[in-house]
Amino acid sequence: MNTWNVAKLVAAKDLRIEARSRVITNQVLPFAAIAMVMFAFALDNENDALLVQVAPGLIWLATLFSLLILVQRSFAIETADGAIDALRVAGIDPGGIFLGKAAALAAQLVALETILIGAAVLLYHTEIRLGGVVLLVTTVLAATCGLAFVGTLYGGLAAGIKGRETLLPLLLLPVVAPVLIGATRALEAAFGTGKAVLADGWPWLGLLITFAAAFGVVGVLAFGPLLDE
Amino acid sequence: MSTTANTASTDVPPAVPTSNAADLTQPSGAPPSAKKTRRRTSGTGTRATRVLGISSLIGLVWLVAFGLAFSPADYLQKQAVRIMYIHVPGAWLAFLAFGVTALCSGVYLSKPGRSLIWDRFAGASAEIGVVFMAVTLVTGSLWGRLTWGVYWQWDALLTTTAFMFVTYIGYIAVRNLGGTPQARAKRSAVLGLVAALEIPLVHFSVNWWRTLHQKATITPGGDTKIGGLMLFSLMIGVVVFTMIYAWLLIHRQRVLAMRDAVEAHGLDRALEERRHEGAPR
Repeated sequence: MNTWNVAKLVAAKDLRIEARSRVITNQVLPFAAIAMVMFAFALDNENDALLVQVAPGLIWLATLFSLLILVQRSFAIETADGAIDALRVAGIDPGGIFLGKAAALAAQLVALETILIGAAVLLYHTEIRLGGVVLLVTTVLAATCGLAFVGTLYGGLAAGIKGRETLLPLLLLPVVAPVLIGATRALEAAFGTGKAVLADGWPWLGLLITFAAAFGVVGVLAFGPLLDE
Repeated sequence: MSTTANTASTDVPPAVPTSNAADLTQPSGAPPSAKKTRRRTSGTGTRATRVLGISSLIGLVWLVAFGLAFSPADYLQKQAVRIMYIHVPGAWLAFLAFGVTALCSGVYLSKPGRSLIWDRFAGASAEIGVVFMAVTLVTGSLWGRLTWGVYWQWDALLTTTAFMFVTYIGYIAVRNLGGTPQARAKRSAVLGLVAALEIPLVHFSVNWWRTLHQKATITPGGDTKIGGLMLFSLMIGVVVFTMIYAWLLIHRQRVLAMRDAVEAHGLDRALEERRHEGAPR
């Protein structure tokens, strides 16, 4: 079985588990939504201009916090029954497992981000301009790929170790800082927040793509040694 | 960078066991004489490290003399400039240490034998790096308060440094998670390499973020000319700190080797006891 087939099967399995368990819809989405409301409490919500100004950053902050939960979840289902050992013993390509898990994580993240952007429009009065839609969609996709790759890599690293729940945020958050910076600036450009110009967003998109590519390659290469403990 | 690691590795006594080492009595190729063995096992020093340690101490005296007395006060920064003689060498040392960590992690993963000595060097180096990065951050913020008026600037270099600090705290946390030495080594080697990839990305993005939003950021020592005696004092600082680093690295590596040996020994004993329990009565 080649890498792509493995990836497809692993991704389909993960998504099927999520569709049946409904942990995402019942727990992670409400968490992200309440986080968006809490942000508005923290930043004076009588001042709409301020919320519009910081909305792109808040969307990504809520995404990052949810990412931590999603990664924990993604590897909890693997380690609970020793499923990851079974995959390993089956002798299939670790790169395929990595890509599959990352793809499933990315699918969940895209759904989450779409809802968060919708929440920003509803709660923070963010306006989506027609001209910025291409940048908006590509930014969301590129940032999601980067987050999914890093999340899967670090999730695999911490999988099966005691104390990973507390350790994962410490490991993951510094690494995804470039995504937070890049995706926030690109989204500001797409929304036209403040004085942001659309053209300013494209270099940031380049950064996000570089980030995703770098961690994608590293993840495929490193996942083998990581699983093979 | 590599030279430090290589010289350090050759200094390590060959008898330090890499794995499955139960014979704690001979951590440094101990001679048969009982009296001598006792003295050797009481520490991790050898003649080479003693020479290195004593010369770093002498160098430190030099650094204090040049840094606090011989070098002149700055025209603008007055006496505050003297912070530079620990701040800059400390930063250099932290970057060197993290570089060595990444290098040793790479060597560990790429060599077919997967010798644990590289893993221990990587770990020891990261620990020293974190300590000196803390020194750099503290002295830097004090210096910043004196010269810029604030403890912290959202400057690219500063922010990257803070991120490095947190990243390697995480690295050390992963090292201390337990498990077999081999599992620990593999995990942390991957992390050590990923961290080396992360740092340029963070630096690049923060740099870009600041330059897009505000024009001139203050860079420490950016356009100031540095006098001859100051430069000389700074060089002493860098050399002395590097010597201290090498000394600490060698010793820490040996301590870690002993710790692994103790654990392996304890495990063997526990296994032995269990076997006795299971024996027919």
